Amino acid sequence: MPNVSIDGKQIEVPAGTTIIQAAEKLGIEIPRYCYHPALPVAGNCRICMVEIEKQPKLQIACYTPVSEGMVVKTNSPKVIEVRKSVLEFLLVNHPVDCPVCDQAGECKLQDYYMEHGQYDSRLDNVKVKKEKKAFPIGPTIMLDQERCILCTRCVRFTDNISKTHEFGVFDRGDHSQVDVYPGKQLDNNYSGNVADICPVGALTDRDFRFKCRVWYLSQTKSVCPGCSMGCNTTVEWDKMRPHQFKKARVMRLKPRLNEEVNSFWMCDKGRYNYHFIDENRIHHPQLKDGLVSWEKAIDMVAENLKALQAAKHTGAIGVLASAQLTNEDLFVIRKFFKENLPGASVDFKLAEVPGESDDFLMKADKNPNTAGASLILESNTGAAAILQKAKQGDLDVLYVFGHDLVKLYGKETVGLIAQKVKLFIYQGSNINETCSYAHLNLPSSVYAEKEGTFTNCQQRVQRIWPALAPLGESKGDWEIISQLSNKLDAPLAYKSSQEIFKDLAATIPAFAGMSYEKLSDKGMLLK
Amino acid sequence: MEKIVSRHFGQENSHRLEHYLKDGGYVSARKALTQMTPAAVIEEIKRSNLRGLGGAGFPTGTKWGFIPQGNPKPKYLVINADEGEPGTFKDKYIMEQDPHALLEGIIITCFAINSHKAYVYVRGEYIKSMKILQEAIDEAHSKGYLGKGIFGTNFDIEVVVHPGAGAYICGEETALLSSLEGGKGFPRLKPPFPAVVGLFESPTVINNVETIACVGPIINRGAAWFAQLGSEKNGGNRLFCVSGHVNKPGVYELPNGITLREIIYEHAGGILQARKLKAVIPGGISAPVLTADQLDVKMDFDSLKAIGSMAGSGGIIVMDETTDMVWAALVAARFFALESCGQCSPCREGSGWVYRQIKRIYEGQGRLHDLNNLPGIVNNIGGNTICAFGDAVTMSVGSYVSKFRSEFEAKIKG
Repeated sequence: MPNVSIDGKQIEVPAGTTIIQAAEKLGIEIPRYCYHPALPVAGNCRICMVEIEKQPKLQIACYTPVSEGMVVKTNSPKVIEVRKSVLEFLLVNHPVDCPVCDQAGECKLQDYYMEHGQYDSRLDNVKVKKEKKAFPIGPTIMLDQERCILCTRCVRFTDNISKTHEFGVFDRGDHSQVDVYPGKQLDNNYSGNVADICPVGALTDRDFRFKCRVWYLSQTKSVCPGCSMGCNTTVEWDKMRPHQFKKARVMRLKPRLNEEVNSFWMCDKGRYNYHFIDENRIHHPQLKDGLVSWEKAIDMVAENLKALQAAKHTGAIGVLASAQLTNEDLFVIRKFFKENLPGASVDFKLAEVPGESDDFLMKADKNPNTAGASLILESNTGAAAILQKAKQGDLDVLYVFGHDLVKLYGKETVGLIAQKVKLFIYQGSNINETCSYAHLNLPSSVYAEKEGTFTNCQQRVQRIWPALAPLGESKGDWEIISQLSNKLDAPLAYKSSQEIFKDLAATIPAFAGMSYEKLSDKGMLLK
Repeated sequence: MEKIVSRHFGQENSHRLEHYLKDGGYVSARKALTQMTPAAVIEEIKRSNLRGLGGAGFPTGTKWGFIPQGNPKPKYLVINADEGEPGTFKDKYIMEQDPHALLEGIIITCFAINSHKAYVYVRGEYIKSMKILQEAIDEAHSKGYLGKGIFGTNFDIEVVVHPGAGAYICGEETALLSSLEGGKGFPRLKPPFPAVVGLFESPTVINNVETIACVGPIINRGAAWFAQLGSEKNGGNRLFCVSGHVNKPGVYELPNGITLREIIYEHAGGILQARKLKAVIPGGISAPVLTADQLDVKMDFDSLKAIGSMAGSGGIIVMDETTDMVWAALVAARFFALESCGQCSPCREGSGWVYRQIKRIYEGQGRLHDLNNLPGIVNNIGGNTICAFGDAVTMSVGSYVSKFRSEFEAKIKG
């Protein structure tokens, strides 16, 4: 393990570590454009050049491995001079159209210019005009060749990560352009990632285009609920300016680094799957004939359940929980329906058609928490049996969490169920066709409004954090059940999801030893 | 003076095998394969002080010695016949007038580095060269000098002629490899060097045509004979390509220690219409320009380096007193702007920027600060890029500005 000194600080790193990586371990960020930790080294931007003692020429930190006794300076006058000059070169033909560029505020040209540039401009020549500006190269990405600094991160992403090979560098010298190959479009499951890794505004996200300046955005860590992979994400929201974009709060999702799950990436399905957070929501509890208060709604459900409990007829309760719910929600459902109302039929696996999948991140199971639900709701009555009972009139209460039964089983079946069941409850976040058949709709919050955990297909338990307050009158799923339990004999007096998780970890052996603190950002594997 | 590489130039049918065999053709190859070990061949080349004649002047035997023989991958020999350096046209002569000299050198080199496949990457415009070289390969095949079990040994060699893809940068050895593999001609990061990870990620020797054409005579007549022909660390002769304002432009084989003055005035017939010489590019357009008072420099790698220029590819471009040096700088800068591969930021953006600055001065629109800025801009390119192209921009263009500043000033002042 070579010992190396960087800016006077010593560190011992494994052989083969590059200077840029060793510096990072010391908390020293060497500027970079073309370097990306998940991509092969290109070494073309030249901004990461550093001075190495006993070497006459500066070397690129992204490619040069450290060696025993190496003394590196990342901030010597010589280094600063070269950094300045590289920045100047990159701006020779850059349009500096920051006021109309979505990247402004998270642009590495701007950042490094503020840090190392700030010289009097001597760029008074006509700039090279490139052909494609504001040019859509696929359904998700807009290309601007003038802003491009030809770092080739996008080329390397499509060559090495998505392996779809859409991008190339065409022509030579300062007429070089990044473009998609003739007749090709950037249309793959991971296209949105190129906007993330583009250090400038050359590749911007069409979905985010002109919606919001990035400095208005706040970030909350989360996990994508789009499939069982559980890619780590950041929910980026702006609730200070409700006049923007139809009062939408969430502006975009970004992947969040987790080496064990999704690295730096996420799929497009997940990335653009956020509009439901602000659109088409159920805002209030609602009966067939109009809105109802939470109090009355809870009373109504509680009375029905109490009656069945008293009559020892809990077998007439059917619950269709969901793997869209958090471990905490599911644990409270287990406690309430399976432990307090023994005899009730509970299941979560409906006849869902497997979704699109690939050999990278996208999984066919479109639920974020199938692994958790399987463990927590262990004994499966079978959803088919529950629905069969409902159709036969053997259920008095059917409690559905989020499932669109109409989509799965058709209007006729659901219509029949609505006739045969005395109380058909739909508890969910968004309006679907099932809502119109349910006798009572209860608005629940979406994942971005919840604190909790999901268990992904690798058996990794991962936390989500509430980015937003529940919309309208909606409440967390476990909170609704908990309120319901207050009306029955055995109240579930949980005050927070953390409290539930503590109980869950103590109850279910696979979760033993876990806590929110220990899960932290990266999650933990089930035992 | 005895000519070596150009010994057959100008003779009738010099490109035919029959002609080549007349004075000991393929004797060296047979000798190497049947009487010598690969190590002995490499040792002989080392002692001959043969240096790479493509421009860098790297000792050839040392380069061959870098090939790791323990590596299970195939070894390749790649002949750089891209010859894109403006002012250089010697390899074309060798391929068209004496292709078998190249092939014999290839056979010996392949044997020395244990390679069974050689690629000759020929500049795309050299259609005639490729045709003649291919005919020579076919002739050699028919005689059993190439192919399976040559000279009765169990050594096999195939030679493939590959047309270049049209970019100057493909003469840079790692860009050449990328191009040969079917990719865009982008130079590669080093290390690893081609000797370890080269063509198709296998150990590869890359040598210039002229270098390899010297190999046969060295094996035939010995390292000591070759070494004593040149200067101290630079064995043999060189082909100098003289162009520009001289009475007798052409390719001249001359000893390494000869002075520039001798080449121009004694061999190339002096300046056109007996005008005065103003400037000379001594080694292709990448070499810094020399002024009239530097003509007594010896034309070997080390002497030219000592006065801040370079021997490069041996392309001597002579400019007389009628030459507008701002225009000459513009031509060089335009070439670099057009031929930068576009990979590294300083070279990609800098070469174009420098060209436009000089163009503005040439067209009479320049200002004094343009001239004052130029050396700084030019200096920020060299040393900061993956390959030596950036250094060439700095050294070449920079030399016009520093040595002929008064002409630039005159343009600005009108």
